[in-house]
Amino acid sequence: MLAAIGVESLDELVRVPDAVALRAPVEVTPQLSEIEIAERFRRFADRTTAAGYDAFLGAGAYRHYVPPVVGAIAMRGEFLTAYTPYQAEVSQGYLQAIYEWQTYVALLTGLDVANASVYDGATALAEAAIMAVNATGRKRILVSRAVHPNYRAVLRTYAEGLELDVEELPYGPDGRTDVSALDEALAANDVAAVVVQSPNFFGAIDALPAAAAQRAKAAKAIVIGVVAEALSLAALATPASWGAEICAGEAQSFGNAVAYGGPHVGFIAATEAHLRRIPGRLVGKSVDGSGRSAYVLTLQAREQHIRREKATSNICTNQAHCALCATIYLAAMGKSGLRDCAALNVARASELRAKVVALDGFVAKFDAPVFNEFVVRVPGRGADVLRALERKKILGGLDLGRFYPELDDCILMTATELTTSAQIDRFADALAEIPVRAAAHV
Amino acid sequence: MPLPTSDTPLIFETGRDGRANRYLPEGPPLETLLPRGDLRDELPLPDNSELDVVRHFTRLSHKTFGIDTGFYPLGSCTMKYNPRINDASANVPALRDLHPFAPDATAQGALAVMWELERALASLFGMAAFSLNPAAGAHAELTALLIAKAYFRARGEAQRNVVVVPDTAHGTNPASAAMVGFKVLSLKSDARGRVDPDELRKVVGPETAVCMMTNPNTLGLFEPRIHEVSDVVHEAGGLMYYDGANANALMGNTRPGDMGFDLMHLNLHKTFSIPHGGGGAGAGPVGVAAHLVDYLPTPIVRAFDADGRDADAPGWRESADLTFALDFERPKSVGTMRSFWSNFAHMVRALAYCYANGADGLERVSKLAVLNANYVRCAIRDVVDVPYDEINRHEFVASAQSLKRETGVRALDLAKALLDRGYHAPTVYFPLIVPECLMIEPTETESKETLDGFVAAFREIVEAAKRDPESVLRTPVDTPVGRIDETRAARQPDLRWRPAATATT
Repeated sequence: MLAAIGVESLDELVRVPDAVALRAPVEVTPQLSEIEIAERFRRFADRTTAAGYDAFLGAGAYRHYVPPVVGAIAMRGEFLTAYTPYQAEVSQGYLQAIYEWQTYVALLTGLDVANASVYDGATALAEAAIMAVNATGRKRILVSRAVHPNYRAVLRTYAEGLELDVEELPYGPDGRTDVSALDEALAANDVAAVVVQSPNFFGAIDALPAAAAQRAKAAKAIVIGVVAEALSLAALATPASWGAEICAGEAQSFGNAVAYGGPHVGFIAATEAHLRRIPGRLVGKSVDGSGRSAYVLTLQAREQHIRREKATSNICTNQAHCALCATIYLAAMGKSGLRDCAALNVARASELRAKVVALDGFVAKFDAPVFNEFVVRVPGRGADVLRALERKKILGGLDLGRFYPELDDCILMTATELTTSAQIDRFADALAEIPVRAAAHV
Repeated sequence: MPLPTSDTPLIFETGRDGRANRYLPEGPPLETLLPRGDLRDELPLPDNSELDVVRHFTRLSHKTFGIDTGFYPLGSCTMKYNPRINDASANVPALRDLHPFAPDATAQGALAVMWELERALASLFGMAAFSLNPAAGAHAELTALLIAKAYFRARGEAQRNVVVVPDTAHGTNPASAAMVGFKVLSLKSDARGRVDPDELRKVVGPETAVCMMTNPNTLGLFEPRIHEVSDVVHEAGGLMYYDGANANALMGNTRPGDMGFDLMHLNLHKTFSIPHGGGGAGAGPVGVAAHLVDYLPTPIVRAFDADGRDADAPGWRESADLTFALDFERPKSVGTMRSFWSNFAHMVRALAYCYANGADGLERVSKLAVLNANYVRCAIRDVVDVPYDEINRHEFVASAQSLKRETGVRALDLAKALLDRGYHAPTVYFPLIVPECLMIEPTETESKETLDGFVAAFREIVEAAKRDPESVLRTPVDTPVGRIDETRAARQPDLRWRPAATATT
């Protein structure tokens, strides 16, 4: 091969000027055989002790049952090792799967169209906000404090780049967004978007009340509905039905592992009017030269590889394979399985809440109806209670003081269809036993 | 091997009520659990038996071409083999099912994975530190430009708002610049396809924020004067950004840090053998030089030795005797870029790849990638234009301009003809500065036999184009569908199936 190229050595091919030669030796990992690599990751797994705990964690990442068929099909090499389907003639299968995904998202959210995916729920919100800014020519975003704190943090990060104003709406005593301040906030007719999440970060069903949605509409502000627990879409009134023109969400719950935070799968759905402002890939149905139906990436004039700095977003790589897992999951579960799963989540959370608030000193913080998580006020600091539970091999939820200083005596607890009654009982027993009451006040 | 051509009905068209799979116990009626007003009226989704679901998606997989199907020389995308040990490692249950809010004390193994990878990348690319936070290359570009913006603001140089981008750059570069409110200045490449430091000197100044480059550039050519380019930008007070899309060309050979870059990203899904999965998920760690470490997005993994001392000294170190913590308290940080800490499963895959290769192996990866690309260039240069016919790196650019003039057969037609012969097409019409462009990146994992097969097919297509252009223009014919009416797709967007009851005319 070297002779065909006309060089004498590999080194000749990669010669660089002295000025850019390595200044220090490269040190990466030792080189290992495959069997040693497997052993190495077993050790990493052994040090990841959370696996042996009962966990009541959610807050935007949910452990759900994933039928084995999802992995068995999604891991087929053709799907796993394909690139973005630029060459449509040899990508019809993947393109059809994405078209089916777009359809699932549209049907679940009640909106007209959905994209092929974005990175995750937080970036979906940031991109949705940019859509609203572009649609309205305004730069002010109102976002509920009951929207996931990490989503709001990412919105702020993006807003820094685009120089947007992000203002927060308070949550009320029932755990839902307090929309009483909305009138005043909208008065100047300069708001691009009103952002609410349902179920919100406290687990509460937080669909925007009809009057508030109408008020936003009258002020020509776009309602963005955020969904961090996509399974709720199988049960709850759709974001479209409560006035969202754009839905930004996270679909990890559909057949994807929590995987210490990623990859997960964000989605954006919208009304037809916003179609050309949607970021990222869109798959459309067309025909080939012989009139056979065929799928293809479309409306690419929105995208960075065509429009460069005038694109609707810089996104290129998305989360296609996670969306494929979600599509296979949705197909296998069907409406019956999804309904059952959603109902079991509500039922298990309700069972857990009843057991916990029956204990002395533990009180439901909010009373709005919830999907699969809820907030409990505990005797003492939430962080202390959780640390005591950790000693009993229980991850009892999320310390809300981490994100809301005023809620440092509150824990967000989550149950899914994987949570058993036995685990709930053990959890309640552990809560009853821990000596937090004394410790909390020292 | 022709792919199947029959239409596959949509999953929405095949379902029948009563074909539900019993994965879960029956749930109680939702109406008994929640107020009716909070519930949706109907859920218009199909129930399919598991067998029908399996056949449906298996059929779709048969109509999808991946690296596992055949040679995939898609330039700029680094479609190398994706070893299955990577996926097996990511699927270890303790790692796969670890919740992002699990306390650090219970997530030590996962944190060790992230920390080891951060350090390996820092050494391999000559950066002071990496953050694994960004989800993909473009996301990392956005991150890096936010870092630059914050850095200049902190220095009282908020007027720096111009990003210089060579005309060979990836489309994400200018698009990312626009997302932080920076203006884009496109720089013309010289006759040899390189950035000329003297030309650059004329356009940089007190408003220059960042110069975004990749090296080798998108023509596959090494920028030999890159250190001068860096000097020019630094003298003007700007920062150098390295787009790591082409990092597969230079591991163990030279480093962005040694070339003078201040910021960079990597596409782990390219260089580190992570399956691209039909367009993602990817992963785009961002690396910075020492003066920018404080601005990295959160969280960062911190390591401590047995005495609680910071263990973050340069160089490789075993993680077994260290403890780790996620650090969110970084006041100068640009903030966080995503819902959770990283695309962690991909960090596992990338680290597995580092283990499989080690430093010497990674150096060899790059050398063989360069060898393969040069071999293919030299094997087709006599039948197609190679506008920059010199030693290239991991990829090279050919052009069908002469062929088009002689026969009417364009780059796109060559691409489609390759599909018929069982090869994926190269990237076409990018970079934009080469007309009728074909960008070919074979990667290091392909054998000489595979390359020879591709070359023979390519030469045969060019011959066919000269003899009977029509035979090439009507390709592909052995694929599930022929060329698709893209105009119709864009003019009459059909982006979803609609239930019959609500179908609009």
